This record gives sequence, structure tokens and C-alpha cells, in this order.
Amino acid sequence: MGWAVLAPIAAVLLALALSALLLQLNGFRAADVVNVMVLGAVSDKRSIAEVLLKATPLILIGVGLCVAFRCSIWNIGAEGQLYAGASAATACGVNFVALPASIHIVLILVAGSIAGAAWAMLAGLLRVYFRASEVVTTIMLNYVAIFITSYLVTGPLKDPAASYPQSARLARELWLPRFLPPTRLHVGILIAIAAAVAVYVFLFRSSAGYAVRVVGLNPNAAAYAGINVARNVLFAIAISGGLAGLAGAIEIAGVNYRLYQDISPGYGFEGIAVALLANNNPLAALASGVLFAVLRSGSELMQLSDQVPQVLVFVIQGLCILSVAAFAVLRRSGARSAP
Amino acid sequence: MQTAVMLNFVATTVGADWRLATPLIFAATGEAICERAGVLNIGIEGMMLIGAFFGFAATYATGDLALGFGSGMASGLLAAVVFAVFAVTIKANQIVVGVAINLLGLGLTSFLFRTYFVSTGRGVDIARSLDIPFLSDIPYLGAALFRQNFLVYATVPIVIAAWVFLFRTSYGLTIRAVGEYPQAVDVAGRSVALYRYCAVLIGGVLAGLGGAFLTLAHANQFVENITSGRGFIALAIVVFARWSPIRVFFVSLLFGLFYALQLQLQADPSVRIPYQALQALPYLTTIVALMLARNRSDAPSMLGIPYWKA
Repeated sequence: MGWAVLAPIAAVLLALALSALLLQLNGFRAADVVNVMVLGAVSDKRSIAEVLLKATPLILIGVGLCVAFRCSIWNIGAEGQLYAGASAATACGVNFVALPASIHIVLILVAGSIAGAAWAMLAGLLRVYFRASEVVTTIMLNYVAIFITSYLVTGPLKDPAASYPQSARLARELWLPRFLPPTRLHVGILIAIAAAVAVYVFLFRSSAGYAVRVVGLNPNAAAYAGINVARNVLFAIAISGGLAGLAGAIEIAGVNYRLYQDISPGYGFEGIAVALLANNNPLAALASGVLFAVLRSGSELMQLSDQVPQVLVFVIQGLCILSVAAFAVLRRSGARSAP
Repeated sequence: MQTAVMLNFVATTVGADWRLATPLIFAATGEAICERAGVLNIGIEGMMLIGAFFGFAATYATGDLALGFGSGMASGLLAAVVFAVFAVTIKANQIVVGVAINLLGLGLTSFLFRTYFVSTGRGVDIARSLDIPFLSDIPYLGAALFRQNFLVYATVPIVIAAWVFLFRTSYGLTIRAVGEYPQAVDVAGRSVALYRYCAVLIGGVLAGLGGAFLTLAHANQFVENITSGRGFIALAIVVFARWSPIRVFFVSLLFGLFYALQLQLQADPSVRIPYQALQALPYLTTIVALMLARNRSDAPSMLGIPYWKA
């Protein structure tokens, strides 16, 4: 195995070791990181299905961010784009009830993708026309999207029958089909895999994808070579937003069936770690998406079994990103000293 | 009588504004110094959270406020050391490192809070207000403006000190040179990395102080994600203030005003705007501010770019 595979594995192991240390120092059992978190999450068919369920949005978001990051667009707003997609999907799902179910499902997914892409595009336009850093604007748009969702489920989309702020439930024929009964696993994971392959082909086997990567490596050289930088920037951020929006729509149509105020447990931020661990390679993002889903499932198990606060996943994600950066340096210095 | 009510409203709003702007002023002043050295630190959100938590934890354990603020600053400093090791020494992408610091800050503080504090629910005695003699007796304005806790007043000398440091000392000159043209500093025989470290650490201390203000002078306890984006808003403040600490002060007051306004409007039952629209106000303001701040001529040329020694 080459360094490209070994480095991220070593990075994850280092992050897990540090997390185990953190647990031990605070009176929990360090061994839980292996016994409960990693092994527990993949112990039987049901738990593996739950992992893949969580991997679905992570892969979609991570794959989209591969495109943005390859273009050097630092879209930190996938969380907000997911909320935009989930809101639009729900709005379509509880309306247009006269449509045939199959067309209606497609409409839900397309609406979610378009909403996510449009929400990301706002930041793209601000960057292109106002030179406003997309790092800040996408973060700000996260908050705005979450507040809009909160408004929707307490106002226009609120289920009148419910006391809790939530939308009405999608009709059963609109639910994404499950294919591994009795588990909850639905076709969303297949959509995510297809998206990863498609984006890989686009990025590395098409001239349009090449243009995106050149803009990311050196916008001046790209402009000199006749590549429209602004258009590629907008395109890249729209793709990443669209996939995050699609993830939101799939969460609605495949898992929750209705909109809540806190529809995402931070998938949008976790997707950043997924893309970075995969070195912005969409196919590798399949693996890193599943890995982070294992850690998320496992942290839920640790909370249940040993009352370890589940927020530990954020620590692990942060440590993973840092150790990936550290191993990237070793690789760099290794390349230099080679003859 | 009508004017008296108006004056009272204005004075209260301005007083609340200054108080709400204080954490932003600290964080944004630190970020301005850091960015002047060419380092874009989006991890200040996480550093503020870390300062907020460890400041609270120290005061909770000892009952000593000074120790709390000290611990808030020290923990911000430690987080900044981690940031600098990756962003300056290892030369990793600064945005990526910032994202990691934010995740770590959120995860670590929430983890420790749930492990040690969540069931207690007890707060701490927050910093008491200091009445400034004579000034606090000015009708209307005095009580609102000059009966604040000492950190609110401290924003003024800190901002002035930061400005003097950046623009009137040779250290400040070198820091700015490191952000504009690091080769020159290198050729002059000074360490680019050392100055970048200094700038990042100053930023971390001030972010930690801004965070500790939230738990020790604003609310009386820690809540998960208590900063709720203030660090990110500080990033926008720095751009809008064109990297000058003095302008940071006034721009922060502008943002504080939107926080103050949002709180006042939410408390007013006659206002019919959905509360979510009011909550979104500071974040929308940030976006608008970035749209207006199109003049980037003051931006450090090397902002966000690691320095490779030739």
C-alpha cells in the first residue's frame, strides 16, 4: 500500500489514540474506543445498516466538498445547505399531493438539490462579485438557514396537529424504498455511491473537471489559459451545495419523513472532515464517510453504555483533521529528501 | 417627558451595546493583529469557546474571578499554540487548521461540560459593575454607560494599545511586514515564524478573554456553544474595519447594536416580526457588511499564505 492510503489510516489511528487518552483522563474507559465505538458499531446486520444510514449524508456532503475544495473554495456552509435542501424537500413533499408518487419523489430530491445549490450559490456570488470571503459568508448562511428552518416548522410548515414544532409527515408512498429489511437502510446509500463515482469521473476524467482543479491550483494561470475563473468558482460551490441539499432531501424522504428544527446533528461540518481525510478524492470519500459514520454510531453506543458524552465525535473529527495535516507534512518532507 | 423616555432608551441601548460588543472587540482586535501578520485564524470561534469554558471552570472551582479570566486567557493561548504549530511551523492550510480548532473547541468544551458540570446547574458570581465617579452620575447617560464591569472599560485601553503596538512600534512594523512581504523580514535577519507565532498567540489570548467575558461577566455560567458564532462575526468585523484596531472598536459597537436591538425587539410583545428573523439579524448584518467592505486595499497581501524560506 502506498503512502496515500497509509497516511490517512495512521492519522485516524492517532486521532483515536488521543481520544482514548482523553477518555481515560476523565474517568472513562479508554478501551471503549475500540470495544464499543468501533466494534460495537459494526457488530450485526442492523448496526451496519445504521452506519450506512449515517454514511449517506456524510458521503454526499463530503463528495460535494471534494469539488469545492479542489477549486480552493472553502465552503464551510454544507450544514446550512443541508437545511435549505431539507426545507425545500419537505415543502414539496407535503404539497403537490396530486402528483404520481414516483414523480413526486424525484421532485422532492431535485427541489432539495436546487435549494442547496442556490443557498451555496449566494456565497459564490458574494465571493465573485463582492470579493467577500466564502469562509465567513457560508458560516453566516448556516445560521440563517437554520433560523429559516426553525421559522418554517413553527410557522408555515408546522403540523397543526403536533404540539412540538415539526412539519406534517410525508405520505408513506413518498418514503425512499428500503432494500434490506428489517433494517431501515434505504436507496439513499446507492444514490450516494453513484454521486461519488459520477463526481470522480467529472473531476478526474473530464475537461470541465480539469478546469475546476486548475482554478483551484492557480487561478491566475487558469485565467491566462482562458478558463473562466468566476464561472468555475460558481459551478464548484453550486455542486457542493447541491449535494448537501440532496443529503438534506434524503434525510427527509429516507429517515425522518418530516422536518424538525434540528434535522442535522452536524453532518455539514463532519462532511468537511470526510473530504479532507479523503484528500478531496470522491472515491476515497466513500471510505472516509463510512468511517466517520462508524465513529458517530459508536459514540452513540458509548453514550448509552457508559454515559460518555456523544459530543466526543467533534473532538475526534478535529483530531483527525489535524493529524491528516501533520502526516501530509511528513509526506512532503519525505518527498524532498528523496534523491 | 417624551424626550426623557427617548433619552433613557438611547442610553440603555448604547450601554447594552458596549457590553455586548466587548467580546467582539477583544476577539476582533486579536484577529486583526493575527491577520496583519498574514495568518488567517478562523479558529477564534473555538478559542473563544475554550476561553469561555476554562474561565468558567476555574472560577467555579475557586470562586476567584481573576483566576477565571487568567485561565480563560491561558487556555486561549494554548489553543493558539496548537494552531500556530500547524499553521506556521507545519504550514498546513490555515482554513483547514481553523476548522479543526473549531471542532476541537466545540467538542472538548461540550464533552468536559457534560462530564463535570451539566448536572450541577450552578453559576458563578459574575464580575460586578464598577461605577466611575462623576461620570456615572450624568443624567440618563451616566448610569447606562459608566456602570459596567471593568472589562467593558478595558476595551478602550486594549484597542489603543493594539493600535500603538501595530503602528507605532518596531515590533508592530515587523508584524505588518511579515503579512505584506515576509521575504524582506527574512532577509533582514528576523524570523518570520517567530513574529507569526507572536501574532497568533496574542490573538489567542484576546479570543480567550473574549470568551471568558461571556461566562464570567455576561452570563454567569457556561452553555454549550455559548459563543454562537461571535468568533466568526469577529472575522467579518476585521475585514469591515480594514485591519485597524481603532476601527475594530467602532465596527464592533455597530454589531453590538444589532445584538442589543435584537434582544430589545424580542422582549417587546408588540413587535410582530418572527423571532427567528431577529435572531438572524447579526448574521445577516455580517453578510451585508462584507458586501459593503469592498475596499480591500488594506488587506495584508500574504493573508492565509504560509511562508516558505527560499
